[in-house]
This record gives sequence, structure tokens and C-alpha cells, in this order.
Amino acid sequence: MTTLTPVLSAHWDEPDSYTLAGYQRHGGYEAARKALTTMQPDEVIQAVKDSGLRGRGGAGFPTGMKWGFIPQGDGKPHYLVVNADESEPGTCKDIPLMMANPHVLVEGVIIASYAIRGNHAFIYVRGEVPHVLRRVQAAVADAYKAGLLGKDVFGTGFDLEVTVHAGAGAYICGEETALLDSLEGFRGQPRLRPPFPAVAGLYACPTVVNNVESIASVPSIIANGPEWFASMGTEKSKGYTLYSLSGHVKNPGQFEAPLGITLRELLDLAGGMREGSTLKFWTPGGSSTPLLTDAHLDVPLDYEGVGGAGSMLGTKALQIFDQTTSVVRAVLRWTEFYKHESCGKCTPCREGTWWLVQILERVEKGEGTEEDIEKLLDLCDNILGRSFCALADGATSPITSAIQYFRDEFIAGTHTPAWELYPYEASSLLVGADA
Amino acid sequence: MSLTDTTRAQMREIIARYPQPRSALLPMLHLVQSEEGYVTPEGIEMCADELGITTAQVTGVATFYTMYKRRPVGKHHIGVCTNTLCAVMGGDAIFAAVKQNLGVGNDETTADGEFTVEHIECQAACDYAPVMTVDWEFFDKQTPSSAVELLDDLRAGREVRSTRGPVIESFRATERVLAGFLDGKSDQGPSAGEPSLLGLRIAHERGEAAPAAGATEQEA
Repeated sequence: MTTLTPVLSAHWDEPDSYTLAGYQRHGGYEAARKALTTMQPDEVIQAVKDSGLRGRGGAGFPTGMKWGFIPQGDGKPHYLVVNADESEPGTCKDIPLMMANPHVLVEGVIIASYAIRGNHAFIYVRGEVPHVLRRVQAAVADAYKAGLLGKDVFGTGFDLEVTVHAGAGAYICGEETALLDSLEGFRGQPRLRPPFPAVAGLYACPTVVNNVESIASVPSIIANGPEWFASMGTEKSKGYTLYSLSGHVKNPGQFEAPLGITLRELLDLAGGMREGSTLKFWTPGGSSTPLLTDAHLDVPLDYEGVGGAGSMLGTKALQIFDQTTSVVRAVLRWTEFYKHESCGKCTPCREGTWWLVQILERVEKGEGTEEDIEKLLDLCDNILGRSFCALADGATSPITSAIQYFRDEFIAGTHTPAWELYPYEASSLLVGADA
Repeated sequence: MSLTDTTRAQMREIIARYPQPRSALLPMLHLVQSEEGYVTPEGIEMCADELGITTAQVTGVATFYTMYKRRPVGKHHIGVCTNTLCAVMGGDAIFAAVKQNLGVGNDETTADGEFTVEHIECQAACDYAPVMTVDWEFFDKQTPSSAVELLDDLRAGREVRSTRGPVIESFRATERVLAGFLDGKSDQGPSAGEPSLLGLRIAHERGEAAPAAGATEQEA
């Protein structure tokens, strides 16, 4: 039985958890003081490496190693960019984190900037969440007033400017190089790599791009030590993290637990499936991670465990769908999303997602043809790995995994509409007059 | 047009936040929308003028991002999440009810200029599904009838409060926040909604917590 380990969320139930006073009541900014006044930048990087912290935005790249790639003594400005563009369908962890505890992010920004010798950091928040933006703006403004940002932080001679920046509604800007182009005032389109951002990122200068939760995890590592962090989690997936459960469960919500907890345990915490329902399929980490089924209830939800089950840990956004849900309908809707959000730069993604929607639309209507399943798989095969960024790969994940586990439903799409096989009102939460 | 010297001065304030001027373009376009209700040709010209780039370059950016509108937006922007999870949980029915109530289709504005309706993508509030937004503020756990009630309240000018956010003002007021200007409303709304707190509450009930600092070193 896994024990819950609230760290980032430990004080969200306090009415002023998002204020400077609320944060400092629990030792807030002491980790930044410790880092800046008692540690060398390289010692901070080493501590984050030793903790085993891996990127919480989806890819799982070791955070300390990313920081270590920043060249030193190169005479160029170094930048930290926080990716707060949380938009992966199903993902809902960074938004409540920034709303309830924006100061833990600001403190992480101070420590990370110090470690990479950066004097200007940016927090790129998606535009569709103005109240989150307000909380982050206010936290940064209060930190400036308290002398935690600006010139000579903690009297150490370290200067740090932080700019909070709002996006404008483009999922692709969650991809780190597209985010950098967007932050430079261009259309958000991914860049060809190499060079990687660590060498030529923002304004062609060395840049670290980290997810909100990754940066917010750093103060606890500095305060309590890397061994403390590494004492949680599994062998290669260390620490605590936020798991988000949504969909056909009794009580959806956020659960902060060590990496490696299972869906069976999380479902238990969420009160189980909604009344009279059984698990049909789920995403382990957003819609870009291949679907899993009730055969995967005991897979450890860490980077290796989910990878071994043929999917990816991703953002730990567990979207749960029960037996009433048409997988064809679900997959079509996700595919429409990828089509809309494709930036248009790479032909396989731009054209491929368009064709995938055409085919899935007729399968949903029960007007698919015998060849459509093979055509979908063939299209996916020609999209996967053939574009600059992972959006295209993600677009294929729900389709190929849905066909793998629920081929019969796609075959049924040659003769029967999905809404007849799975009446759509049965999967909604609406009851009575609303149903 | 409503763009003034004040707008121009505020654009320069935005530009000053960045090491390179062009980085200011996205918030500048939000500022244009806060003044004009959409990205107007005049707004594009002013951005181009201030940044020393062409209007074509500004237009190229403005047309890429979904939140920038090329036609006047109503007083309130109404968003309904119809990405898979919200759609399945009731979002499709809510979107249909909203369109029917207002007599408009997707991305259209009511004749009285009060509402613009749009189906939106995942709003990162899936544990509150089905979700909708008014001027991009969260309205959690909606139903078709609660959505229609919400529209009635807005139409009647009654005070409407976001589930996890401030009292609703207007699309333009929100756009000003997106341009990076503080509006003093950060204290409105709760720290977190109940679903965000579920794990924490269970941990408290069960007496579960992260290990104490230093405990692991002693064990070792």
C-alpha cells in the first residue's frame, strides 16, 4: 500500500496558501536562501542530479543533467524558461499548483536560475487561465517587494529578473522549442534540433526549459536533501509527484504520491469507478500517451513501468473511461484536437491529422470501409517519427492503441454508428432534465 | 478607433519587460484586444510600428494563435470544453444548449453584441469536468441547465462569480490581465477547489505524509 506524500500540495487547504505570508509560514524561501548563501551553483546542480528528479512535463529527462548541459564561462546570458503552458488533454496538475502555491514555483525559479548562472527567467503561462496568471503575477510582484527577486538577492550579489508571460492559445507552445519561438514573438513552431536549447535557446543563448512541477520540486530537494527526495519512488523514478484522476470515477482529483503507485491504488483513493461502472480504457499521461485497459491496473506508474506496458508516464494525467464510452468517439475527438493544434510546419502532421479525422468521422458514423483500419494504421505509420516534434507522434498514440485493444469497435464502424453501439448520453454525468 | 497614446505608452511598458522587443508581441496583441475587443488593423499597425517590424509579420503571428480574434468579440466570451473527457462527461450537451440558448453557432457573436461562443480545448481542469469558461475564468462541473442559468445571469447584469476565480467583468478586462497588467483580483476565489484537495484530505485522514526531513539520513 502506497502512502500519500503531499509536499507541493501540503498547504493548499489553507485560505492564504497562495500568498507570500502563507508560503513563508511553512519555511518558504528558506531553501533559496540556503542555496544562494551556502552552496555553489555546481553544488546545487549536483544535488538535483543526486535527487534523481526527472522532468515532470512528460518526457522524464533528468532535470539536473539538463542544467548541467548549460555551458559555463561562455560570456552569453543564460535563461531559465518555465513551461507553464499546461495543455495536454487530461492534464490538470500545474494549473492548481500555480493557483494554490505560486511561490513554490518562484522559489524554484530562484534556485534554478542561480544554478545555471541565469539572471533573467520567464514563466510562460498558457493564456486561457487568467486567474492562474493573476496568482503568479502577484507572487512575482510580492517576491520583488520582499527583495527575493531583483538586485542582490539575499545580499549575495546575485541579480534575478522574472517576467511572467501569457500565451495565446496554442497547444504546440508546450513543446519547448515552439515555446521559445513564441516567447520571441513569433508563431509557435518547433525548431530542428540540434542545436538544443541548452546551447542555443532563447535569443540563441543557453536556455533551460523546465516544467512547472519540476521547478517547484527543487526547493524541497534543497531544503531536505537529495537523499530525502530519492527515498521516495522507485529505483529509476525518484520522488513524489502529482497524479490527476478524471473521468468516470466517483471522486476525481489530485493525489500527490511517490512515483510507482498503481491505478488500482489511485482508483481506491478516488472512491472507485462511478456507480455500476467498470473500467474500459484510460490514458496514463494525457491523450498523447497510448491507451491502456483494465489489464494494466497494477502497472507501477513510473517512467519504466508505464513504458514497459507499451505506453508512457507522460504528465500523469489519468483519464478514466468506463464501459459506456465509445473508443471511436473518444479517439476522433482527440484527433480533431491534434488536427486543430498542428502548427502546420511538417507535412506528415499537417496533412496526416487532417486525413485521420476524415476517416475516423466516417467510422464514427458507421460508414467506414473494410480498408479503413489498415489505412488508419498506415497513416499513423507515416506520421510517427516523421515530424520535427512529438505532437505528430502523440496524435498517432490514441489511434494505434485503440485499434490494438478495441479493433472490433472499428470493424463495427463499417456498419453501425458509434452512438448506437454506445449511446452518448449513457457516458455523460448528466441526469434528470439535463440528460 | 480606441487606441490612444496611453495604449502606445503601455506597449512600451510591455516591451521594457523583455531583453528583446519582439518578445512583447503576444502581450501587445492581448492589449490591443483589451482596447478594441479584437485584433484590429489599427492595432496591428501600432504593434508593427512600436516593434519596427512589418504589419505582415504581426498578422502572421496574430492569425496563428486561437485566442486572437479577427472579428469583434462580444462583451463576454463563452467557452465550452469539448475535448474528449469533458465532451464525454456532458460537454457536448452543454455546448449544444449554449448555442441553442443564444441562437448562434461556434465562433459567432449574438446580434446584441453580448456573447461570443466558442468550443474550447482542454482547460486543464479535468477533475472538474464538464468545464466551461466565461471570459476565460473557470466555471466547474457544469450542466446544460446551469450553463443556461449562467447566461441568464450575465444577460441580466447580475453578479457572477467564477468557481475558482473572480467576479466576472468582461472579455476586455481579462485581456488586460493577459497583457500583464495587474488588476488586484488575485485574492478573489479559493486557494483550491475540492477535487484539487482530495488527496491532501485523504492523507490527513489517514495520517500519511512525506518522510520527515533528515529521517532518511539517520536510517542510513
